[in-house]
Amino acid sequence: MSSLLELTLAQALDGLKTKKFTATELTNDYIKATEKCRGLNAYIVETPELALKQAKESDARYANGTARPLDGMPLGIKDLFCTDNVQTTAGSNILRGFKPQYESTVTSQLFRDGAVMLGKLNLDEFAMGSANITSAYGNVINPWSGADPVNAARKLVPGGSSGGSAAAVSARCAIAATGTDTGGSIRQPAAFSGITGIKPTYGRCSRWGIVAYASSLDQAGPMTRDVRDAAIMLRSMAGYDAKDSTSVNRPVPNYLDAIEGGIAGLRIGIPKEYRVDGMPAEIETLWQQGIKMLQDAGAEIVDISLPHTKYALATYYIVATAECSSNLARYDGVRFGEREIGKNLNEMYENTRAKGFGAEVRRRIMLGTYVLSAGYYDAYYLKGQKVRNCIARDFGQAFKQCDAILTPTAPSDAFAIGEKQDDPVKMWLNDVFTVPVNLAGLPAMSLPVGLSANKLPLGLQIIGRPFDESTVLGIGAALEAAAGFKHVPPFHA
Amino acid sequence: MTIDKNTVARIANLARIRLTEEEQNTMAKEFQGILSWVDQLQEVNTDNIPPLTSVVEITLPLREDKVTDGGYADDILANAPKQAAGFFVVPKVVE
Amino acid sequence: MNTNKNLIKGETGDWEIVIGMEVHAQVLSESKLFSGAATAFGAEPNAQVSFVDAAMPGMLPVINKKCVEQAVRTGFGINAKINLHSVFDRKNYFYADLPSGYQISQFKDPIVGEGKIELDMPDGTTRTIGITRLHLEQDAGKSLHDQNPAESYIDLNRSGVALMEIVSEPDLRSAEEAGLYLKKLRTILRYLGTCDGNMDEGSMRADVNVSVRKPGGPLGTRCEIKNVNSMRFVMQAVEYEARRQVEIIEGGGVIKQETRLFDNAKGETRSMRSKEEAHDYRYFPDPDLLPLILDEAWVANIKATLPELPDDRKHRYIKDFGLSAYDAGVLVAEKDTAVYFEKAAKGREGKLAANWVMGELFGALNKENKGISESPVSAEALGGLLDLILNNTISGRTAKEVFEEMYASGKAAAAIVEEKGLQQVSDVGALEKAIDEILAQNPDKVADYRGGKDKLFGFFVGQVMKNTGGKANPSLVNDLLKKKLAG
Repeated sequence: MSSLLELTLAQALDGLKTKKFTATELTNDYIKATEKCRGLNAYIVETPELALKQAKESDARYANGTARPLDGMPLGIKDLFCTDNVQTTAGSNILRGFKPQYESTVTSQLFRDGAVMLGKLNLDEFAMGSANITSAYGNVINPWSGADPVNAARKLVPGGSSGGSAAAVSARCAIAATGTDTGGSIRQPAAFSGITGIKPTYGRCSRWGIVAYASSLDQAGPMTRDVRDAAIMLRSMAGYDAKDSTSVNRPVPNYLDAIEGGIAGLRIGIPKEYRVDGMPAEIETLWQQGIKMLQDAGAEIVDISLPHTKYALATYYIVATAECSSNLARYDGVRFGEREIGKNLNEMYENTRAKGFGAEVRRRIMLGTYVLSAGYYDAYYLKGQKVRNCIARDFGQAFKQCDAILTPTAPSDAFAIGEKQDDPVKMWLNDVFTVPVNLAGLPAMSLPVGLSANKLPLGLQIIGRPFDESTVLGIGAALEAAAGFKHVPPFHA
Repeated sequence: MTIDKNTVARIANLARIRLTEEEQNTMAKEFQGILSWVDQLQEVNTDNIPPLTSVVEITLPLREDKVTDGGYADDILANAPKQAAGFFVVPKVVE
Repeated sequence: MNTNKNLIKGETGDWEIVIGMEVHAQVLSESKLFSGAATAFGAEPNAQVSFVDAAMPGMLPVINKKCVEQAVRTGFGINAKINLHSVFDRKNYFYADLPSGYQISQFKDPIVGEGKIELDMPDGTTRTIGITRLHLEQDAGKSLHDQNPAESYIDLNRSGVALMEIVSEPDLRSAEEAGLYLKKLRTILRYLGTCDGNMDEGSMRADVNVSVRKPGGPLGTRCEIKNVNSMRFVMQAVEYEARRQVEIIEGGGVIKQETRLFDNAKGETRSMRSKEEAHDYRYFPDPDLLPLILDEAWVANIKATLPELPDDRKHRYIKDFGLSAYDAGVLVAEKDTAVYFEKAAKGREGKLAANWVMGELFGALNKENKGISESPVSAEALGGLLDLILNNTISGRTAKEVFEEMYASGKAAAAIVEEKGLQQVSDVGALEKAIDEILAQNPDKVADYRGGKDKLFGFFVGQVMKNTGGKANPSLVNDLLKKKLAG
């Protein structure tokens, strides 16, 4: 074996179980990998001492036969998950130096299952962004930058908001990572970085301890090398949490069972509204290839309609900004985070928030404040919630005809830092295929299926019924097997 | 609809974000663009559609009335920018 | 009608006061509305604060079932409609003691809808006051402004404690009615055990909306007086504010709708600078919570297990004990008093018991500023005294003397009467003998009486009582004297 870093999470677990190497060896290799990859700026904080301590404990458990489902797996944690006594910034200046005195439910479940934390991963500030260029801790570089020798100097974005997670998994400085997805923040960076990411059903993973962006849309999920790894990670991350009132009390299935099952007879819906204006032909081609692969694997292809798709983005930007304007009111410099002094309390608030929040966060807070304000509530917020219902109903109708839906993940491959930055709406259009899923609360996964003309990864998205992550993973496994995507980014550890 | 600088200033005040004149002007222009884009929603007929506030099809869970939390003032104050005698400290509030 | 006497006399004629109240009542519960931190009063700063109450990043609310139950129970207590579907909204505003920058409250869909409560006026009439709604919401923390000249200190112990906001219709017409309304509400909450009603600990606070108008005219602009924390202050605040408004209007000014503060020390209201700016709370449904759906059977069970409410008890006292509405109202105002009264009255004469409780007992307790639960004379002991009156062992006058002794020593009435030989003399022969002696000693007065000086009757009674050491049965003495003097 050339390097432990080449192993998927499933393979590494196997290696530890069969004592081919130790968790400490694996973790040490990953700590070196994080150092080697610092140029990507994927990590905001590295926690090597903690990682080695956890690895040692894992080794002890492997030695005495009490190993857990994720024992010894070196993960990167998106810096939106609060981690006990480890700086948690949400990519924002306003939380610089903040050390939570508590552990998020999702990360505590990962640690319960033996996972090792390598550090906290960079992200768009408060998860608001599609390119990881809004972080107060600098841009994350897509390890696929330079894949095309013609454009070798183009520094590409990894997608966002879970850009650090996508870059770290892609460049092999984490065996897997956690992400969160409010409008595509797991799936779009997964597509841009050539990895797999699944956003579970809303209510599947606890939101407790995850810095909130838009409460009715936020959902945590795994970002991994392949579908099998996603299934393993999701099993540990998912589950009912009495501390989250929107958490749903349903048993968590063994998702690995699902990926063995095959997809013969499953009906896959193809929504005609996802052929948007100006979408590159290569995206359409990839989609058609995906359809063919699933057909060949025994699935039945069904044309479906999701008529309100074109309104999803505008709806999202009403709902998400309204919620964020309220969720981010707590960052006031009183109890935690950075304070900017002022002559009186109000000035302190205004100075703290002006300095602490970046431009995109300020823009969304302002927009959300506006759509909720007196005189505009009905025209914007209420209208948005009604259209949201139309979008959710579209999916409900569609799932009468099909078991899952196949679409492209993003309307393009990874773009360069600096592009699409002249107009906020242009940037937001990146999420056109991912946003409807969050509005409807459905599970959806992106996985790499091919390369663009720029030799960059392209992903397809599989959308499932509520709480039917198993079918999504099953279809993903079939598509993955057929696509055989084995490309590696030009830069990796 | 036109969004002027005064509207932006009012919203910035509600959101407690200090903006310079220049920022107010820029944001007014941005808002103009964003809101005219958002206005496409007016095309959708939502006459008999109730607003969707949550996609979760469960009812609000109720917890038992037991004291299970608190009692860790040090942890509550651990990240405070300014504290004294067990209190958070802020510039004088005038009533 | 009583509206007339409540009018304010102004230079330009009479003015009517219109008052609506928003009462914030702290729900009796062990833990907070959306967190498991304790609610007890008087802890060290920030000791009863969870990460949720401090609005730390990523924290989420989970609702307390008991608080919901208490709100429903209170809803029944104010004869209101219980909404099986209600929604929690966020009320967004910045304030130092509001950690999340929003208060979780109920805006469009409160848990309790319209209701009403009855006020017993001292003149014996009843006033019905409409309740608009009751909703659940979180309390804020506490800012201390007097610790440091340049800074305020924030304690979040109260942050997240459950409150019921009970909103009345603008049906109140005088300071007195406002005071009675608050008192009645407190009585109901205490009966139900849903709020302890301790205003000095802040468990009950009132926001009072006051406006004035020409009788029958359109409503005037109202001012809201925030956080008035005693019955007396509510009455003072209404009185002051109404007069202030009349003076402004009659001086050619207009009333500005604003939030005002009541200065307890000066007895005045003044404008609150911090609340001056226009509010835009941007209410929207809290996405961290789901609609609250109540199970019909659960609600029915709460109704079935309600304690007897003060108005029901009052009507029972009127019917069963023959009390006046006013007396019954006084006795039921405090649950402890009502329980005491019933014990003392049971199997005896209600009217007599009521007089003793409201007369001698209240008098003695008030002198020492004691509550009925601290009374040195138990209900049973008072009952023992009433028994001695009812079976003619002692007179009412002697009973007062015995009561004083009971209050001071804690001894039983019978023991005191026995010890001091206070049993009244009802032996006709003995009394006739005493009367004969008195008449024989005062032949001139007997003659005067018989000549028409009726007032001398009292003199004879006094003499007989004196001779018998005050123990003679007074009504028997009256009867016998009348016969002898007539004859």
